[in-house]
Amino acid sequence: MSDFTSGFWNWYVALITVASIAGCAILLWSQSRYKVRLDQDGQPAKTTGHVWDEDLTELNTPMPRWWMGLFYLTIVFGVIYLVLFPGLGSYAGKLGWASTSAYKAELKQADTDFGPLFARYASQDLKAVAADPQAHAIGERMFLNYCAQCHGSDARGNKGYPNLTDADWLHGGAPETIKLTIMAGRVGQMPPMGAALGSDKDIEGVAHYVRNLSGLTADPVKVAFGKAKFGTCAACHGPEGKGNPMLGAPNLADKIWLYGGSADTIMETIRKGRTNTMPAFGEFLGEAKVHVLAAYVWSLSNPVPPKPVDGKVAAK
Amino acid sequence: MTVPKEAVVRMYAAREEIYPREIKGRYATLRWAGVWLTQIVFYGLPWLRWNGRQAVLFDLGARKFHLFGLVLWPQDFIYLAGLLIVCAYGLFLVTAVAGRVWCGFACPQTVYTELFLWIERKIEGARSARIRLDRQPWTFEKIAKKCAKHAAWLAVALWTGFTFVGYFTPLQTLMHEVASFSLGAWEAFWVLFYGFATYGNAGWMREQVCKYMCPYARFQSSMFDRDTLVVTYDRKRGEPRRPGARVAGDKLVAKAVTKVGDCIDCTMCVQVCPTGIDIRQGLQYECIGCAACVDACNGVMDKVHKPHGLIRYATENALANGWGTREVKRRLLRPKVLAYTAVLGLLILAMTTSLALRTPLKVDVIRDRGSMGRETEDGQIENVYRLQLMNTSEDARTFRLSVDGMPGVRIVDLDVVTLDGASARAVPVRVRGDAAGMGGSHRIAFTVTAQDDPAVAVREEAAFIVPR
Repeated sequence: MSDFTSGFWNWYVALITVASIAGCAILLWSQSRYKVRLDQDGQPAKTTGHVWDEDLTELNTPMPRWWMGLFYLTIVFGVIYLVLFPGLGSYAGKLGWASTSAYKAELKQADTDFGPLFARYASQDLKAVAADPQAHAIGERMFLNYCAQCHGSDARGNKGYPNLTDADWLHGGAPETIKLTIMAGRVGQMPPMGAALGSDKDIEGVAHYVRNLSGLTADPVKVAFGKAKFGTCAACHGPEGKGNPMLGAPNLADKIWLYGGSADTIMETIRKGRTNTMPAFGEFLGEAKVHVLAAYVWSLSNPVPPKPVDGKVAAK
Repeated sequence: MTVPKEAVVRMYAAREEIYPREIKGRYATLRWAGVWLTQIVFYGLPWLRWNGRQAVLFDLGARKFHLFGLVLWPQDFIYLAGLLIVCAYGLFLVTAVAGRVWCGFACPQTVYTELFLWIERKIEGARSARIRLDRQPWTFEKIAKKCAKHAAWLAVALWTGFTFVGYFTPLQTLMHEVASFSLGAWEAFWVLFYGFATYGNAGWMREQVCKYMCPYARFQSSMFDRDTLVVTYDRKRGEPRRPGARVAGDKLVAKAVTKVGDCIDCTMCVQVCPTGIDIRQGLQYECIGCAACVDACNGVMDKVHKPHGLIRYATENALANGWGTREVKRRLLRPKVLAYTAVLGLLILAMTTSLALRTPLKVDVIRDRGSMGRETEDGQIENVYRLQLMNTSEDARTFRLSVDGMPGVRIVDLDVVTLDGASARAVPVRVRGDAAGMGGSHRIAFTVTAQDDPAVAVREEAAFIVPR
């Protein structure tokens, strides 16, 4: 597509190009003959008559003819090129070549090259794919390419980005659920609860209660105070704070914290709420690739038992 | 009638065919030695085997360059640069000492031209027969000879192209592909391209390449000085010329020539010259220093019972001052030559030392950019790195990873990694440190050591970040 709204610049560029090529041809033709002085004996002089530094003379030795042939060849090449490929203004060229279609052709080629491999895995159960060493290697490379930016090269996550190697899952850890998470993405939302809970004292109490649920050190008085207020939270996190994967509500009774487990951080989470997005990869990668990737991610928290070697189970 | 003072000439002239006469002698033998030596190496090297693979193979697809026991990776490109610099200084040195000997005896352009000329002589005959053949109209004999010559040239050229591609695709594979007409598009292109270049350059272009295309030919003249050995005609001894048997003796008398030089003006030196110059006009830029005229003139001097060396390797100073071999040799050790030798020696020494001390392991540490550092359950700080390990030896190896530079810093789980021979692998590594309250960036260093050989070790620095 042209970057200009008016056709003027296309013509401007095309005209300059054509005029330049014609100019080169005229220059070559007009300069292939040269007027020289004649010597005393009537022969054309061997020098141009220019002398520098007393004795440095300029010879007019002719160039080889094939050299000029090469110059004309470049013109022929240029003309053929401009007919076949886009180069003259907005003219698309006889071959219809474009960088976008070349990119699409390459993508298509890659799909035909690797499609059958992914299709073979796509027809298998996710747990079976996870046990396949080749699929595991492919999954690892894809993970490093597409997932490691947020979840880390070791998949152990970071503040705000879940650790994928523990058995704790916000939205469920079944292989099919993981696949759905990668395909469609997730939005995790914890609304700001400060106003609903009441005073700072209430919020602090709930924070200590939640720490207590995980077995972390907490002030018993504040814990008792917070326990009474926890009913507001139980709607999502459950009466025992065990969370609800259907809502993406985290389990508060384990030691795993997405944003940090200090009393201050928990209070900040309660007051301001948290919003977290896992982008959808389904359209970008396609289901077949996500299938292999999901199997890899599942295998991170479900290590495949070692395969029997020579009839015996390899010792751990 | 007025005499015209100007004329219009063409700035581009057609090439004049050169028919070099065959010559035998010391320098012709040397040149053939150059042909044999370079071509046995070029055509033979790809056939050598080493540890079950081709000994010399530049595997562009796998980006590995095999040279016998040595495997070079793209990261070792510096050695190619080093090799080219060594070659350049070698050329400088040789040129300063003895002019364009590379051009005359070892350059592929000369070597293949020599080969193609040999074929031409075998089919079309000697110089005079070739001139006659080209001048006569097209007869069945002429067509047959020309076809035979070009067929032979093309055969040699295609074999050359095939050998060239054999340095990049294993020759055995290449042979099967050629036999079954399944040559890849690029392989076919390069076989044909290199073959066509050989055919065109050695068959058709010949001295035109040296005169108009070759940059080395041009800048070598800037390395000449008055003490450089070049092919020269001894003007003092040769002039005035005595036009041998072709001019009657009484004409000399008529011209009142009292003294005659040793040159009998037989033009043998011109007839053997592959670039078509007359060496008696002095040093010219076309001269490739092949010394064919030296061989020719010495042969003629034998016949007329005069000493060798009317045309010989001599320096400008030697000719001007009448120096002998001793003085010429003494001037060899002039500052320019010594400087070139010193630089060349240093470069070769540095290259070989660096190659010998090369560690067959490459390590690149990439810190996870997405995160600063995470806090573990027990309040320690964890950073994640990706270690790009490359085992450049040809055997599988196990490496031990360790880290130091901060109190209590350690690798959490994985610290032993096995890599196949000549392979690369990215390993995610978790590093943990007791870093509470030490907010900021800290220098740490990874050490990767081969388990079977502690000398194979690489240390790489990295940053350990503790959130404030």
